[in-house]
Amino acid sequence: MGSNKSTLQHIPNAEELMEETGFSAAHIQRLYDRFQLLDRDQMGGLRNEDFEAIPELVTNPIKDRIIGAFLSPGKDMVDFPSFVRVLAHFQPTNSKRSKTSSQEQYNSPTRKLQFVFQLYDQDRDGKISKTEMLQVLQEMLRMEETDEQLQSVMEKAFQEADLDQDDAISFDEFKKSLEKLDISEKMSIGFLC
Amino acid sequence: MAPFLSLLIYTYLVLRCSSLTAPVDPSKSQPMGSSLGQNSSSEGVPLVDVPMALGVFSVDYHHVQAPFEIVLWIMLASLAKLGFHWSGRIPAVVPESCLLIMVGLLVGGVIYGVRHSAPPTLSADAFFLFLLPPIVLDAGYFLPGRLFFENLGTILWYALLGTLWNVLGIGLSLYGVCLLCPSSLGDVSLLHCLLFGSLIAAVDPVAVLSVFQEMHVNEQLHILVFGESLLNDAVTVVLYQLFESFLRLPSVSGLDVLLGGCRVLVVGFGGLFVGLFFGLVAALTSRFTPRVPVIAPLFVFLYSYLSYLTSEMLHLSGITAIVTCAVTMKQYVEANVSERSNSSIQYFLKMWSSVSETLIFIFLGVSTIQDVHMWSWLFVCATLLLCLIWRGSGVLLLTAVVNKVRRNKVTFRDQFIIAYGGLRGAICFSLVFLIDDFPKKRLFITTTIIVILFTVFVQGMTIKPLVDLLDVKRKKRALPTVSEEIHSRLIDHLLAGIEDVVGYWGQHYWKDKFEQFNRKFLRRFLIREEQQNRSSILRVYQELERREQGADRETVHPLLPEEMDSIRRILSRNLLQFNSRRPTYSRHTLHHDRALQRHSSLGERDTQFVFLCAVCAIGPRSISQDSSIPEEQTAPQHGPKKHLSFDIENEKNN
Repeated sequence: MGSNKSTLQHIPNAEELMEETGFSAAHIQRLYDRFQLLDRDQMGGLRNEDFEAIPELVTNPIKDRIIGAFLSPGKDMVDFPSFVRVLAHFQPTNSKRSKTSSQEQYNSPTRKLQFVFQLYDQDRDGKISKTEMLQVLQEMLRMEETDEQLQSVMEKAFQEADLDQDDAISFDEFKKSLEKLDISEKMSIGFLC
Repeated sequence: MAPFLSLLIYTYLVLRCSSLTAPVDPSKSQPMGSSLGQNSSSEGVPLVDVPMALGVFSVDYHHVQAPFEIVLWIMLASLAKLGFHWSGRIPAVVPESCLLIMVGLLVGGVIYGVRHSAPPTLSADAFFLFLLPPIVLDAGYFLPGRLFFENLGTILWYALLGTLWNVLGIGLSLYGVCLLCPSSLGDVSLLHCLLFGSLIAAVDPVAVLSVFQEMHVNEQLHILVFGESLLNDAVTVVLYQLFESFLRLPSVSGLDVLLGGCRVLVVGFGGLFVGLFFGLVAALTSRFTPRVPVIAPLFVFLYSYLSYLTSEMLHLSGITAIVTCAVTMKQYVEANVSERSNSSIQYFLKMWSSVSETLIFIFLGVSTIQDVHMWSWLFVCATLLLCLIWRGSGVLLLTAVVNKVRRNKVTFRDQFIIAYGGLRGAICFSLVFLIDDFPKKRLFITTTIIVILFTVFVQGMTIKPLVDLLDVKRKKRALPTVSEEIHSRLIDHLLAGIEDVVGYWGQHYWKDKFEQFNRKFLRRFLIREEQQNRSSILRVYQELERREQGADRETVHPLLPEEMDSIRRILSRNLLQFNSRRPTYSRHTLHHDRALQRHSSLGERDTQFVFLCAVCAIGPRSISQDSSIPEEQTAPQHGPKKHLSFDIENEKNN
């Protein structure tokens, strides 16, 4: 939309970000504007409170997991590059980049699946345990089902997905259970292309 | 059924009475208003002698005739509505509008049989001034604002260009048809055809609403069709008046056409500004109502109606005005007025619009029975066919262009619904009566009625099965597994959340600017002092509270969990129960939510799935423990559970 690379000079590492994530200069600019808008105390990073201030996000049942996904472990502030990297996961997969191998692109199907996997796997042990799945179900479905029903839903899901019967779903099992779903189409936000 | 029958019998008796109490000549009036006077109607009722003594009992129908008949009609309409919903199955197959028209036909036939003259018709004035405004006001007040403005470009594209395409297409091709058959249709000129095209091409919001209500369509589609039907009023009004004035002019020059084009803009924007003006004044007035809360709802109705009347007076688009007025004043009025007044406003709007709509359809049926028909197979069939063809082609073409710019593409299924769901209704009917008289006017009237009946009955009844057929054909794969469903839902929530984080692009800039302007000036000016500090977060909590209360009232009965295999049955049964109670979108829902919108905008999923998402998006309980809403601005209170995952992560990494 008119902005070219020279106007991005006030954004640190803009060119590297563009290379890394595949966003165009216009997108980086817009993301930066949005980042500035969200960063109310102008600390150069988004904290939990900044996310909480987004009114529509407050009503989202998995809000905390989403916010947690932005924050890298150990930090409590999201800086602009991390912000952009997380959002890069949501680009449609058939965007035009082909510089790096497809496995490293943020918006490859595998990376998208990894992102979702980490929403479940809050303790980052590489497996979804029964407790973690039950927690997610409770967050999403609390108004509708009783706990016993959620328990049975979770058991059923584990039955289907847990192929090696170790009471935990690894990333490969997760990937397999979603193979019929077109993840690259589903997990894309159209206006990010 | 009994009240309905008794009403019919009562009506019949009253009608017989009224025919006997024909207006008495003043020169011959009896002192006590005795009822059986000189009968000048065409019925051969014999004169009856009445003793000249003091009458102990008399019937003076004429004294109360006008309000009495109005009340009877409204009563008939309401009882008919009750009757339909008594049987659960009929409204599912036959849309309410069809049933009402049939009742109208029945009543019209009865009246014709009794009086042997035409039954009362729906006068254009009564329709435009009394029956139409409540419906449009109700629609405007409950318009999902954000969805509407997001899709505004597409809606305007369909409304303006689509209507123009339809009008010119139908008008010109009808003229071609008339040329083909000069013997019977020779005196229908080009301008007449264009005039006819302008009134028959417009999609009618009343008819659309009533049919779509029973058809569970996703919000985006609903807003496209409905928004189009609202906004094409501007084009219709202008073209109709344009062609009518062209008909009166001795000749038409290019300048006149150009001026006509300017008129579209004037009419549209004029209506918009009138609506804005009255909306803001209404908002300001509502600021001063806390001492007299009882009349607060009245201002809403008065100002809206005033905006409609003013724009009608100036020959601007009344529908645009009233919709703009409602949309403008809504947020300020809701903030200023007490909770009970808010409920009253909503309740009365729904009630009035419901009555209006019912009356319109009944009168459509009644007015069909009259003496003014002129039939021509060629003309009628050609019109029907051309309407369908031009609408279909228009939608296809426009969508092809607009899909390049939209992020949520309009799918083929959606296009079919838009094209096939373009129903005509009472607006066309009233407009055709307003045409200056010319030899073939009766033909036009008949054709209009046939087109309306066809669209409402045939298209209205068949659209749902056809859409289901289309859906069935596209269900390629088997039912998803439980894991897939869970993960899908999670992803939907995730995407909704990410979209909220990123904000809206495109409209984002203007939306942001408007919000700033709103916060700095409008809210401060138009909302009462105490209410201004309510942050948007507080409003969100109120929203959540309302949803929770709503969800409580509709709690699904806990079913005993059966074996593992029937988990799916449990889930789908819950969904079906929820399904039957709350359609995806209807005029009666007061709030929509993000996951639902995200889900449905992809357009491909099972409708049941969508409902479950609607429930999921109703946030968890733990947000506010007590049900009272804090008056002052407080930070959000979180239950301990919600922070569990986040804290664990923090703990582990600290």
